[in-house]
Amino acid sequence: MSEATQNAVEMRGITKRFGEVVANRNLNIAVRDRSIHAIIGENGAGKSTAMNILYGFYNPDEGEILIDGQPRVIRTPSDAIALGLGMVHQHFMLVEPLSVTENIILGAEPTAGVAIDYKRARQRVREISEQYGLRIDPEARVGMLSVGQQQRVEILKTLYRGARILILDEPTAVLTPQEVGEMFAILRGLREQGKTIIIITHKLQEVLALSDNITVMRDGEVVGNLPTAEATAEGLAKMMVGREVLLRVKKDEARPRAAALSVKNLTLRHADGGTALDDVSFEVRGGETLGIAGVEGNGQTELIEILAGLRPSTSGEVRLEGQLINALDPHERKRRGIAHIPEDRHRRGLLLSYDLASNSILGVHGDPPISGAVLLNQKVINARAERMVKEFDVRPPNIALPAGALSGGNQQKLIVAREFDIKPKLLLVSQPTRGVDIGATEFIHRKLIELRDAGCAVLLVSAELEEVLSLSDRVIVLYEGRIVGEVDPKTVGEEEIGLMMTGGARQRL
Amino acid sequence: MKKLLEELLFPLIAVVAAFLVGGIIVWLVGDSPLLVYELFFSSVFGSTDGIGYTLFNATPLIFTGLAVAVAFKCGLLNIGAEGQLTAAAFATAWVGLMLPTWPAWIVVLLAALAAILVGGIWGGIPGVLKARFGAHEVITTIMMNFIAIAIVSYLTQYHYRRQGDPILETLPIADVKDGVLTGPHIPRMHALLAPLGINFPERLPLNLAFLLAILACVLVYVFLWKTKWGYELRAVGINPSAAEYGGISVARNTVLAMALSGMLAGMVGINEVLGYRYRYYDGFSAGYGFTGIAVALLGRNHPVGVFFAALLFGALDRSKLFIDIFTDKISKDWVVILQAIIILFVACEAVFRGGARRLMRGKV
Amino acid sequence: MRDILNLSLLASMIRLATPLILASLGGLYSERSGVINIALEGIMLAGAFTAAAVTVFTHNPWIGMLTAMIAGLLVAGIHAVASIQFRANQVVVGTAINILFVGVPALVSGALFESTGSTPQLPREQTLPDWNIPGIDRIPVLSQLLSGHKPIVYIALLAVPVTYYVLFRTRFGLRLRAVGENPEAADTAGVSVAGMRYAGVLLSGVLAGLGGAYLSIGQNSLFTRNMTAGRGFIALAALIFGKWHPVGAFLACLLFGMADAIAIRMQGVVNIPVQFIQIIPYVLTLVVLAGFIGRAIPPRAIGEPYVKESR
Repeated sequence: MSEATQNAVEMRGITKRFGEVVANRNLNIAVRDRSIHAIIGENGAGKSTAMNILYGFYNPDEGEILIDGQPRVIRTPSDAIALGLGMVHQHFMLVEPLSVTENIILGAEPTAGVAIDYKRARQRVREISEQYGLRIDPEARVGMLSVGQQQRVEILKTLYRGARILILDEPTAVLTPQEVGEMFAILRGLREQGKTIIIITHKLQEVLALSDNITVMRDGEVVGNLPTAEATAEGLAKMMVGREVLLRVKKDEARPRAAALSVKNLTLRHADGGTALDDVSFEVRGGETLGIAGVEGNGQTELIEILAGLRPSTSGEVRLEGQLINALDPHERKRRGIAHIPEDRHRRGLLLSYDLASNSILGVHGDPPISGAVLLNQKVINARAERMVKEFDVRPPNIALPAGALSGGNQQKLIVAREFDIKPKLLLVSQPTRGVDIGATEFIHRKLIELRDAGCAVLLVSAELEEVLSLSDRVIVLYEGRIVGEVDPKTVGEEEIGLMMTGGARQRL
Repeated sequence: MKKLLEELLFPLIAVVAAFLVGGIIVWLVGDSPLLVYELFFSSVFGSTDGIGYTLFNATPLIFTGLAVAVAFKCGLLNIGAEGQLTAAAFATAWVGLMLPTWPAWIVVLLAALAAILVGGIWGGIPGVLKARFGAHEVITTIMMNFIAIAIVSYLTQYHYRRQGDPILETLPIADVKDGVLTGPHIPRMHALLAPLGINFPERLPLNLAFLLAILACVLVYVFLWKTKWGYELRAVGINPSAAEYGGISVARNTVLAMALSGMLAGMVGINEVLGYRYRYYDGFSAGYGFTGIAVALLGRNHPVGVFFAALLFGALDRSKLFIDIFTDKISKDWVVILQAIIILFVACEAVFRGGARRLMRGKV
Repeated sequence: MRDILNLSLLASMIRLATPLILASLGGLYSERSGVINIALEGIMLAGAFTAAAVTVFTHNPWIGMLTAMIAGLLVAGIHAVASIQFRANQVVVGTAINILFVGVPALVSGALFESTGSTPQLPREQTLPDWNIPGIDRIPVLSQLLSGHKPIVYIALLAVPVTYYVLFRTRFGLRLRAVGENPEAADTAGVSVAGMRYAGVLLSGVLAGLGGAYLSIGQNSLFTRNMTAGRGFIALAALIFGKWHPVGAFLACLLFGMADAIAIRMQGVVNIPVQFIQIIPYVLTLVVLAGFIGRAIPPRAIGEPYVKESR
């Protein structure tokens, strides 16, 4: 009995399915009152789903939630707010042209007559920000604030509404190291003043430094609940990523040739001053696969898009077979033999309402013999598309279907077919099997190895560590836009690479 | 096949629904809806004149419908066809006025080119403003409409009007001399069909521009669906990110689509000046540019659909006069209202679709 | 003599700006909530016609004025239902409404008055009266400038500070602005996005309808075909030129009203074609949109129907 009342939040036997997919399976998580509780796991482990259930965005299929020991039904975020829960989303829910005060009071404005009582509102905002050490100018315009300050506004929003239990989704993902330090101090301060804090994260060092208790999730299940005092980085990394490698792809030893791609001192700074890529240098040789391991959002997307010509870098050199290609547009790069399987096939890779034949020419649609001087050569296009669909087993094999009508796996096979068709010297491939069924995954993996064996240089990015390790000949690890180490995929331990990916260990090259 | 049926079905439902609502309006005002419907059909299908005028009225709408459709295929809404066709029509007449001594056929060619070019420029400017500054094309094209109308009205009034003419129109570029139209113009359907032994009444203003409009439908179809440029333009309209990934420039296609759209709208000038009035007549456009939005919408932004939608609106235009004269209370403005209702219904098509789906599900 | 000329020019500027101010502020409520409103022209026509037609029957311009506002509300209601409820393209809906209200007044006037689009002339005492403002009417310069206008002029002048207050000082205004900028954020803060947008669009109808009434039973004494002559679009231009701010829009309306006043005065006097003055609002708007004189940045969520993320 006494133990139950000690828990601010308890999730018991929570299961959530989305169609066929089980996002959360029989979760049991207990968050002690007035503690900082970390929920860690890889991407797709089910952390966010769990917290969205707690906050009322999703309703669980099974299980119950207890708040302060009382069973509660939380159907909507409003229910959650009424129970004293507050959530800070990874993507801020702020109205940029409005002031700090206006953002905080929006939806719960104090009024005097018909007018908003701005004086009282500012007063209250000042009080709360002083009480919890969240220094902020109540009259500043939110759009002018730094990301770290905006995050404080988000936290203030929840406190203003009387939240006692704060859920923070990847709170440090967008912060500079200095801001991270300040955020930690703020969160500790909140705990001292009686708040309960749940943070979702994948950064082990932060977890160890900040939290009181840890829940580790993997594949939608809780694989460990432990006090931070008993945890080690190695142990946690193993729990997070350590699993039987199910799919070891058979492949021969690589026979690398000359460097196809060489990247030197590549740096990308955002307009707001953040650094997405920091002095990245590496080479990929013909006939080898270089894997990039890392938790998503550590610069992989930017790196691949720079190499594909979709965004400019701030500085640095990119060479294909020794020739500088920095200034070339995506089409010219494709013409010179750079193929690209993008990470998001719906956003980038396909025109969903175009038929398969039309999608099969995206990127080479203006080149002979696909297009004459004026007209597209439909005969050639169709024959080519028929061949691709057959060779890559795209189902249903009907080139007149819109791409949107295909399953994820078959869409991906179509993209792979298209990109392979240019006989690339370099293949940039990102998340090749995301949202793809097992059959298609095996097929795509086999094709990637065939391409490597044919002498193509392959640069592979995947959030699936397993995929990176089993397909690559060499692996580099990206963390916060920097290469923090290179490992041999055949010998590296999962703990070791897990630590590198989460900033737990840094090996300078 | 099922998809094609769906494509046809929903615009059809919208039109039928609009006609029903239109009938209710007639009844409310105190006339017989059946009489109005009958007048509509008899005025259009009852005579050669009916068909001739319907096709003549449809001609500018085919051009503006195509104009809106081409821009829409690139994800842009061109509200500026009205300004584009106004500027273009004036340019057509201006070329004729500037070259009085040149051989007529050369002037016709140059004037037609001027229509297309000026329309293209007037459409291209909002395209550039969008591509370069991100200025919303809806607002800029509205502004460009008023600017075109004012400038052209100024030029007509102060520089190209016959002295003392109470009507705001330019001097003619072609005139009847000894019973023969001389000066740059394109032939009317009467002259085109006579060699084939078909006697098409000479009084009907239907002219070569109608055939040009059909040709434009074909060319737009070929351009959008059979060329690499059309492939790129539509790709930008569907998904700019994916287009970019495919090496397609979003900015360039934005300008291209708007310029092409303007060129198509500009071709209205050929029908109006070279085929019909042989001068620039201020305020000649009965909102063709705006009706073009309805035509494109109803025609589902496809040249074939645009053609038939333009025929419908052309027929409505034709019936105006008869509905005005042969009813007690209903005026020709009923037709305008009907057009607006059709647009509203087609715009809210999601409701029809949702309703139809629910109906089908209910049955299954 | 010159003073009087200038003063009467300013007074005429205020009169000519009045319908623009009302429609522009109306557009502001709609667009600040995230709904682009190019139907101002059609709504004004509806208001102008309703005001005149109702006054013909009731002999009371006040009832005419009131019904004009109701008519504006109803027309804006069509816009709101189509673009918020049915998520139709806001621009297309606006265009349809503009076309619709070329036709409706003409049809109804034909049925009611057997005319082709205009209402019968109202006797002068049945149009809105000129109001002298006690106190001000005795101050020499101000009296000529501010006194002796129609009541709607004063409503328009009052609407500016009221709108400013509503927008920046009240709960309603804060929520309206939030919904137009970031509907998702407003939604998570418990603000009804659809509710605010309905309010914004309907308010635009009331104000633009009133602006229309000024044309038919204030400035004139009858409704004539297409009597707004693009004022709805000029109001839209003023809104953009004023950067979606009530004071900015007000000043832009005064500027455009001044251009209009000068154009009228110059007819037959000076040899500058009126067309050049007429296009000033449109050219200025283009210039501002292209960012040549300070960038005009619209509310971020404008034109986009809000769809709650399907969860």
